Amino acid sequence: MRGFEKVHDACGLFGVIDRSGSRFDSDMVVTAMKNMKVRGNGLGGGFAAYGIYPDFKDYYALHVMLETSEVRKDVESFLEKNFDVVNAEEIPTNLEANVFRPPVFWRYFVMPKNDEGDDYVVSKVMEINTKIDGAYVISSGKNMGVFKGVGFPEDIAEFFLLHEYRGYMWIGHSRFPTNTPGWWGGAHPFNILDWSVVHNGEISSYGTNKRYLEMRGYFCTLLTDTEVMAYAVDLLMRKQGLPIEIVAKILAPPMWDQIDRMDEKSKKIYTALRITYAPLLINGPWTIIVARHGEMFGITDRIRLRPITSGEKGDLFFVSSEEAAIRAACGELDRVYTPMGGEPVVGRLYKFEKAERRSQRGEVFA
Amino acid sequence: MKFLLKKDEMFSFMLPEFLVERRGDRCIKCRVCERQCGFGVHSYDEMSNTMRADEMKCVGCQRCAVMCPTKALIIRPHPSDYRPNANWTREKIQDLKKQAESGGVILTGSGCDKPYRIYWDHIVLNAAQVTNPAIDPLREPMELRTFLGRKHDKLEFAFDGGEIELVTELYPNVQIETPILFSAMSYGAISYNAFKSLAMAASEYGTLFNTGEGGLPKELRKFGKNAVVQCASGRFGVDPEYLNVAAVVEIKIGQGAKPGIGGHLPGEKVTKPISVTRMIPEGTDALSPAPQHDIYSIEDLSTLIYALKEATNYEKPVSVKIAAVHNVAAIASGIARAGADIIAIDGIRGGTGAAPKIIRDNVGIPIELAIASVDERLRREGIRNKVSLIAAGGIRNSADVVKAIALGADAIYIGTPALIAMGCTLCQKCHTGICNWGICTQDPQLSKRLNPEIASKRLVNLLKAWSNEIKEMLGAMGINAIESLRGNREMLRGVGLQEWELEVLGIKGAGE
Amino acid sequence: MKFYDLFLDFSRKLDELIPRIRVQGDLAEIDAKDLTHKEINDLIRYAVFEHNCNKIRLLNVVGQRYIGTRIFSRNPRKISVEIFGYPGNDLGAFLAGHKIVVHGNAQDGVGNTMDDGEIIVHGRAGDVVAMSMRGGRIMIRDDVGYRTAIHMKEYKEKVPVLIVGGTSQDFLGEYMAGGRVILLGLYSAKHRGRYIGTGMHGGIIYVRGKLEPWQVGREVGILELSSEDFKFLEKHVGDFCKEFGFNADEILGDKFVKLLPVSKRPYGKVYVY
Repeated sequence: MRGFEKVHDACGLFGVIDRSGSRFDSDMVVTAMKNMKVRGNGLGGGFAAYGIYPDFKDYYALHVMLETSEVRKDVESFLEKNFDVVNAEEIPTNLEANVFRPPVFWRYFVMPKNDEGDDYVVSKVMEINTKIDGAYVISSGKNMGVFKGVGFPEDIAEFFLLHEYRGYMWIGHSRFPTNTPGWWGGAHPFNILDWSVVHNGEISSYGTNKRYLEMRGYFCTLLTDTEVMAYAVDLLMRKQGLPIEIVAKILAPPMWDQIDRMDEKSKKIYTALRITYAPLLINGPWTIIVARHGEMFGITDRIRLRPITSGEKGDLFFVSSEEAAIRAACGELDRVYTPMGGEPVVGRLYKFEKAERRSQRGEVFA
Repeated sequence: MKFLLKKDEMFSFMLPEFLVERRGDRCIKCRVCERQCGFGVHSYDEMSNTMRADEMKCVGCQRCAVMCPTKALIIRPHPSDYRPNANWTREKIQDLKKQAESGGVILTGSGCDKPYRIYWDHIVLNAAQVTNPAIDPLREPMELRTFLGRKHDKLEFAFDGGEIELVTELYPNVQIETPILFSAMSYGAISYNAFKSLAMAASEYGTLFNTGEGGLPKELRKFGKNAVVQCASGRFGVDPEYLNVAAVVEIKIGQGAKPGIGGHLPGEKVTKPISVTRMIPEGTDALSPAPQHDIYSIEDLSTLIYALKEATNYEKPVSVKIAAVHNVAAIASGIARAGADIIAIDGIRGGTGAAPKIIRDNVGIPIELAIASVDERLRREGIRNKVSLIAAGGIRNSADVVKAIALGADAIYIGTPALIAMGCTLCQKCHTGICNWGICTQDPQLSKRLNPEIASKRLVNLLKAWSNEIKEMLGAMGINAIESLRGNREMLRGVGLQEWELEVLGIKGAGE
Repeated sequence: MKFYDLFLDFSRKLDELIPRIRVQGDLAEIDAKDLTHKEINDLIRYAVFEHNCNKIRLLNVVGQRYIGTRIFSRNPRKISVEIFGYPGNDLGAFLAGHKIVVHGNAQDGVGNTMDDGEIIVHGRAGDVVAMSMRGGRIMIRDDVGYRTAIHMKEYKEKVPVLIVGGTSQDFLGEYMAGGRVILLGLYSAKHRGRYIGTGMHGGIIYVRGKLEPWQVGREVGILELSSEDFKFLEKHVGDFCKEFGFNADEILGDKFVKLLPVSKRPYGKVYVY
């Protein structure tokens, strides 16, 4: 094949965070995903859960998918060489669940040798994913984990015995791929460190975005455009330290005619953003939910070609493809809101909210 | 002809496209040519008792040449040309000048006329020799009946005291007597008479015509059981009855001549009868948006597919028509999984009533490659039986039909061949609203030239001739039912194709 | 790989579902809890065509699509469907003259290609409300999302009407070819929607509340209302207020503008033959 073939898919998304930090079980996220069943087609479902491993919260939790049992030895000797492994176990699963050809999943709580940090973990994850055939790290953050595979989301939840975990933030994904390698790694969420991304839509600018990210050292190997989202967010937010309010204006910038109407200061900033980060304009229809410890945000393309709705009930904050899914999960709400295209909706832990307010940010992004 | 210009008026630098030769020894000045030409090329000068021609207006449709009682007229491409230049052809220079004079997007009609490789002409068919007898189709049974719609993986039966009962409830399927359907051509794009001719011919031969997105006039709803009714981005003429009288409901996503581009029936074509059928006021532009605004992704397509199934009580197959584009195989797989019963794929050479020329000639891929890769993908995923495939765009004769079916299509759509059968000469001026053959026009003077009784007869003849030729080819292969040809790539070999092309087509080279 | 028909494969047979339905005279009450999209319409059809019910009451609706779509018949009987809960996408798509009232919010595609009838939502609605709507009336009490009334069209006496109590997001009335949209702006001082009426070439949009010229597509002119317009508004805003309990005089006393397409042929000059 010349070049590559990209997976196209479309989906149902859901996320919920308890902003007080209280932990709760998977019931809401699974109910919501089940409610949006027809947004997927049974060829992919997955979840990310935050705050689920309080006993090991300082260790990177590696969820590793193993396609054969032999490959585990290679993974473990690789991990022993590069990390201190404090705990290793097979992730409990229910083999009765209605899922398609499940591989084996193990989780390892690890600490990099020699005080190395995030970048080291990223590079080792990439190494496992690209060099050890049949092994794939599906999540690598601390005190969080991704559970995903080929099946309807509720079946994936059953397979991973998801009801046994408690987290303060959950995101879920139901997938409708237009081609079907039937590969468990291709399901969402996509994760690196504690970043998890679920995505609905197709990125028309994929070729442009991908080649720019390659120049920045990110190599898209998963054959899906969601990967572009994950790497773009990692580059802008983790490496360059930009807040979501600015990142939103890079991924989904205002139209030039809107910029032309702004005051001089804003015009200058927005023009600078558009020309500097032009290759990261994400074009085409998309909605994403991005989560990392302490916060979750949802955003769509700038002309809102994919749906999004957010809702609040007490400490709970929701983002979803459909309002009905939130209602199915939670019933009555204090507030439902549908943002304009390109306008992020953010749910943060209250303690983070205060910290965010302290950091000075240009008011044009308020 | 214009000789005097106002101050500041731009003088046109265009050359004529056609030369009008009038042989004086034959011309009897009967003025038939003048009456026949809707473009106003011919005129009679009483002072000098001569016929004149304004060649700038001539589109080369040959109507005058055909109708001239003494065959005095020869219309041929104009020999005047610029300095030969492999890069800057006459067409490119002319188009550029036209834009410099107008500032407009150049519109055109009909299908892409650029020399992309025509794979049909690089594929040869097999015939039975010695090891397998050829069949004589004139005397032996030869079956072309085709069913379009989703098929089950297996059937279940109940055995009740020696009686066998079929338990499986079949999905809705539509039966056609030849694997050839008429492509979507809306009333509005084509004349009422042309539209009616297609309906009559489909009904007589036992196949389907396609309404396009112009609605189905009330009095033609009796042809509903032979109609594929489209639900396209403009939703013109879509009412619950329209959906429920049809044989098939088709969601039009794209068209081979203009993938990704909407439609635009200019207000002057929205005459009173058109406005009735489309259900919009007279003289309003009928704009079909580029996308369907309730479909921005595959799960939205699924939403509309099931909306239509709900609206028709799950009684009709739902088709989805797309243009052949780069990721057509993956897209088709998604469409099948989204619940479609039929997928129609329209290649780059598919025709149109109006499209920007730059799109028509540059966007999309050939149907041969598209149908081969879609069929292969669906088989690999084990879901080929979940949908019927219709190949469209660029089929010119019955051999193309046979090759398309052997590559994997269940049936094919013909648009341009049907128009040619009715009189079209591919002058590519469909978008102007003037058609001297009475096909692509709403001018009552022009459209009455097409008599539905006669035009439908021409269409039925075409279907009959092609069907008989298909039978001849099947017989030669030793096959007596069309289903044994479907996806039978063993019957095809490539000539003069590169390795990658053979691979995409899934066929061997000749001699292999 | 497994192939699912998302509607047929997960829907139960009608016999199993019949206990969900309670018929009293010409009213049928259906508990929609955990019913699939198709099952609800199966039951509605059963009530309408087997029990001759004219009124349907649906309880516990959460996200089920196409409610009301499958009651087309050549018999002009009008069915009234009352929904308690949160109906899913394409509520009343292709609606053939029936009436739907929602006590709750609705989602995307309300009244998609609706032919005739009435949809009333006591709440908000999502994107593409009244897309390609061709007849009847839709009233949404609160806000609506993107691309409202896109490609709405009219023909002779069939003039669709959409009334939105709140505001709309971008692309309101895009490609609009006919019909009437009334945007009341009851809950916010100004409208935020952009690209209003781009490509509009028929119909009228009435807007109450502040609107900047740049929010409106270049195919559209902003005009003052005529007495005929006021008569039209009096009727429909009056009905709206009766339904949702607002004071019509107060609302009608405020300033309205009307948006009209400048041309029936917005793209006449873009192309050359």
